[in-house]
Amino acid sequence: MNWDAVFTSLKLASMTSVILLVLGLPLASWLAFSRWRWKFLFESVVALPLVLPPTVLGFYVLTAMGPRSPLGYWYAELVGSPLPFTFEGLVVASVLYSLPFAVQPMAGSFAGVDRNLVEVSWTLGVSRLATFFRLILPAARNGVVAAVVLTFAHTMGEFGVVLMVGGNIQGVTRTVSIDIYDQVQELNYAAASRTSLALLVFSFAILTLVYWLNRNSSLWPSAGRR
Amino acid sequence: MIKDVASAFEKRTGHRVKVSLGASGGIYSQIINGAPFDLFLSADTSYPRRLEQQGFARPGSLTIYAVGRLALWTRAGSGVDVARLDMKLLTSANVRKVAIANPRHAPYGQAAVEVLRHFGVEQAVKPKLVLGESASQVLQFVSTGAAQVGFLPLSLVLAPSAPKDGRYWLIPEGAHAKLEQAAVILKGGKAPPSAARQFLDFLTGSEGKKVLERYGYSLPRDREGSRP
Repeated sequence: MNWDAVFTSLKLASMTSVILLVLGLPLASWLAFSRWRWKFLFESVVALPLVLPPTVLGFYVLTAMGPRSPLGYWYAELVGSPLPFTFEGLVVASVLYSLPFAVQPMAGSFAGVDRNLVEVSWTLGVSRLATFFRLILPAARNGVVAAVVLTFAHTMGEFGVVLMVGGNIQGVTRTVSIDIYDQVQELNYAAASRTSLALLVFSFAILTLVYWLNRNSSLWPSAGRR
Repeated sequence: MIKDVASAFEKRTGHRVKVSLGASGGIYSQIINGAPFDLFLSADTSYPRRLEQQGFARPGSLTIYAVGRLALWTRAGSGVDVARLDMKLLTSANVRKVAIANPRHAPYGQAAVEVLRHFGVEQAVKPKLVLGESASQVLQFVSTGAAQVGFLPLSLVLAPSAPKDGRYWLIPEGAHAKLEQAAVILKGGKAPPSAARQFLDFLTGSEGKKVLERYGYSLPRDREGSRP
């Protein structure tokens, strides 16, 4: 087992989960409670990474991060080194790629909180922020935990985007899934099956945890109770 | 390259050719797992040889169809001095990232490492290396400017689809092992073996040769089916 790659994947998945928890909470609560008529546009954008092939996303990210794009040029000027082929670059790509896996379960569980309770809290003079942290978040905690765990697991298994923007550098951007791909390519099937089996067991354990947490509710918005 | 040969072949014979592109190692894996290909054109000789030994290819069908060349490639505007494009440039500070195909499984990546070793810059360039999954990904890395320079098969550099502002330095042939590329006719194909044979003969015949030369390939000396 290539422990460097395992460590890189764990680090990437942890950082992506934390960032998406911070970004996801406000975004998901807005999606759950807003009555803005154009909201569906944002819902579509958030869901895009679910349907776009990782090659498309990876290609856009690579082009956007490269020094030929204004964004990439600006970043390189500001930080002193360009984003492609760095761990930070992978984090940016993973945050985009795993966005729906964080936001959708959160938004679904927020929307599942009894609207009457929320409105009673508001009319009693509790601020929107306090209502969110003291009423909505505790009531929806399983959905939030599910979101974080799913983001973590999905990032662990991320392949196409990492392949497109990572550059396969040992200890920096070579993740477990890339390592498996290399093992298959160099016909080292024994090593590939070992690593694949470890990833399979890990993924199963994570999903079991998620579904156990949510055994009384539904993970996805619009499915199940409203 | 192969699509040009295929369309010329279709015009000439009326056969239909379907081309599947990919890294040689990847296609090898697909073949031994039952992919229904008729003919396999590899970027090296080891995969075809292995297929022959393992009984997936028709015995005696292995043919060297081309000898590849390696080029150091960049784009105008990449910030490197394109007028002095050679191996010394790789150690300069302007070059932050050097893209090569993954030497663990890509023949052109292995050749690139041999070149770095040959010119004594392997240790200096190693921290700058980024690995593409295939040669075409190396082209992509350099095209987007994410890497400043890359080692590419000359055939990709000369392809009409490559960016017009590309500049290259042809690596001397002695700096790496000869990049012989072999083809084999496969047993698991759907077309009659005679059709695959016909295509292989067309590729190594005068019309195929013209296309190969246009893409910068040199050709094996003994054209009548050289067998290593």
